[in-house]
Amino acid sequence: MTEPTEAAPAAPAAPKPTRIAPIITTDAKSFWDAADREEFVGQKCGDCGKFTFPPRPMCPHCHSLNRVELQLSGYGTVHSYTIPRHPHPFGFKEAPIVAVIQLDEGIRFVSNVVGIAPDEVKMDMKVEVTFEPTMNKHKVPVFRPRSAK
Amino acid sequence: MSRTFTEAAIAGIGATEFSKESGRSELQLAAECSLAACEDAGVNPADIDGMITFTIDNSDEITLARCLGVKDLAYTARIPGGGAAAAATIFQAMALVNAGVCKNVLVWRAMNERSQYRFGQNPTQGQMSYSAGNGTGSLLWCVPFGAMTPASWGALQTSRYLHTYGVSSRDLGQLAVQQRLYASTNPKAWFYGKPITIEDHQNSKWIQEPWLRLLDCCQESDGGQALLITSLERAKDLKQKPVKITGACQSIPYNVEVISNFYHDDLTIMPEAWGVAKRLYAQTGMKPSDMQAAMLYEAFSPHALMQLEAFGFCGKGEAKDFIKSGEIAIDGSLPINTHGGLLGEAYIHGMNSMAEGVRQVRGTSVNPITKRKVENVLVSSGIAGAILSAV
Repeated sequence: MTEPTEAAPAAPAAPKPTRIAPIITTDAKSFWDAADREEFVGQKCGDCGKFTFPPRPMCPHCHSLNRVELQLSGYGTVHSYTIPRHPHPFGFKEAPIVAVIQLDEGIRFVSNVVGIAPDEVKMDMKVEVTFEPTMNKHKVPVFRPRSAK
Repeated sequence: MSRTFTEAAIAGIGATEFSKESGRSELQLAAECSLAACEDAGVNPADIDGMITFTIDNSDEITLARCLGVKDLAYTARIPGGGAAAAATIFQAMALVNAGVCKNVLVWRAMNERSQYRFGQNPTQGQMSYSAGNGTGSLLWCVPFGAMTPASWGALQTSRYLHTYGVSSRDLGQLAVQQRLYASTNPKAWFYGKPITIEDHQNSKWIQEPWLRLLDCCQESDGGQALLITSLERAKDLKQKPVKITGACQSIPYNVEVISNFYHDDLTIMPEAWGVAKRLYAQTGMKPSDMQAAMLYEAFSPHALMQLEAFGFCGKGEAKDFIKSGEIAIDGSLPINTHGGLLGEAYIHGMNSMAEGVRQVRGTSVNPITKRKVENVLVSSGIAGAILSAV
C-alpha cells in the first residue's frame, strides 16, 4: 500500500462518472468490451458480409453463425433526436441530447450528441464517435459534431 | 363445439373505475373487470375456457381463474409488446373461437400503473435488467444514454416523421384538444368536465423537447378492463347487441419493435400499422371509407397521426390537416378515440379504447356518432388491429 506523501500531493480526483453502465447481454458482450477499449465495433456476417445491429447470434440474411466484429468508421448523421426534460434522466447533470445516429455503414445506434447545446442539434448533422465513462468503469460510444478535416 | 370455422363476436365488456389510486390489488381489479364483462354478456364466469392478457400483466391467470371459479380452462396465452397487445388480444381470442377450440374467451388488463408504479418515471434499479417478452429491447440500448422512459423512445421514434412533414407542436395540440373534448363529456374519464384549449396545450411543459409536451402524453392510471369473446351465433342469444369481429390481425415487419422502434428503414411511417392495414383490408375486403370511427392507440399524440396515415384515412403527411379540418370530431368523416382516448379517459394500456370501439358499434358510447349509422369501427394498437361490426 502506498500513501500520498507531502512531496507529491494528490491530484484532485476526477469526478466519478454518474452515467448508468450498459446492460450487457451475452450476444452484445463483444460490443461493450470493445467500447471499454474505446473501439466502436459493428457486427458483420462472416459469410455474406452484411451489417446487422443490434448484435445477434445469427445473420438474418444467410443464417450464418459466423460473426465478425470489425471497427466502424464512427461517422454518421443525426437521424432523430430528443431532449428528455421530464423526468430528468437519472445519472445526468444536464438533460442530454439523445439521438438515433444513422451510421455510414447503414445501421442505426441510439446514443448522445455531446459538445453542443441542446438548441444546436439539427436533423442530419454530421457527427463522429467519441467515448464517455459510466459507472462501474465502463465506457459508451457517444457522438460529437464532426470535425472539419 | 365442433372444430369448424366459427364466426366470433364480442359479447361483453367490463371495467373498474379509472383512477390514480385504486386502493386495492391489481388482482382484485382484474377479477372485478372480468366479472363485469361476463355479467355484461350474461355469461357465467365458470364457463370461461380461454384467458388472454399482456405479458406484463401482474395477475396470474390461474389465480384469476380461481377468483372467477373457472371450471375447465382450455387455453391461456400472454401477448408481448406492452400496449401493442391491446388489439392483439381480440385477434387471438377471435382465432380461438374461429378454430373451434374455445367458447368463451376472457381478455383482460388490470394495473395500478399510477399508485403502485409509473411507466412515465425513470426505471428503478430493480427494473434495469432485460427480460424477454416485454416487447422492447430499449432498456439495453437506450438507458445508458438517458432515454429511460416511453416518452423518450416515442420521441426518438416519431421525430423523424414530425420533422419530415413539418408537423408542429400546435398541430399535435389539435389532437389533444379534440380528445380532451370527448373526455369532458365522458363520466368515466379522469378528465371528465375538463376540456383544454390549444393554449393550454402550448403552455404545458416539455416532456421531450422539442416534440412532446405533457398534454401529448397518455395518462398514468389505475384500473382494469376486460372483454368477453364468444361465437357470433351464441352472442346473438346473449344480453347485448353482438359486435362481430369481422377481421383481426397482427403485423410485425422485419426490424420493427414496439416503441423503441428505430431500426426499420423508414422512420416517417409505422410499418407495423401499415402491415396491419394491408392484412386487415385483405382479410375483410373492406377499405378505409367503410369505417365510421377508429380507436387508435396513442401513448403519445404522434402515434395517432401516423396510424391515420397507415390505415389510409389520409395520405402520408396529411394527418395534421385531416385533424385541423375537423375530420376526427364527432360530426367529421372519422371520429377517433371518442371516449377521450388514453390522453383523456385513462391509460388502461389501450384496452379501454377497445371497449369504446364496442360501444360505438352497440350505440352506447357517451359520445355517439349520430351523423351516420355505425357499421364498422377500426380498433388499432399499432402492431395489431381489428374491425368490429354491427350485425
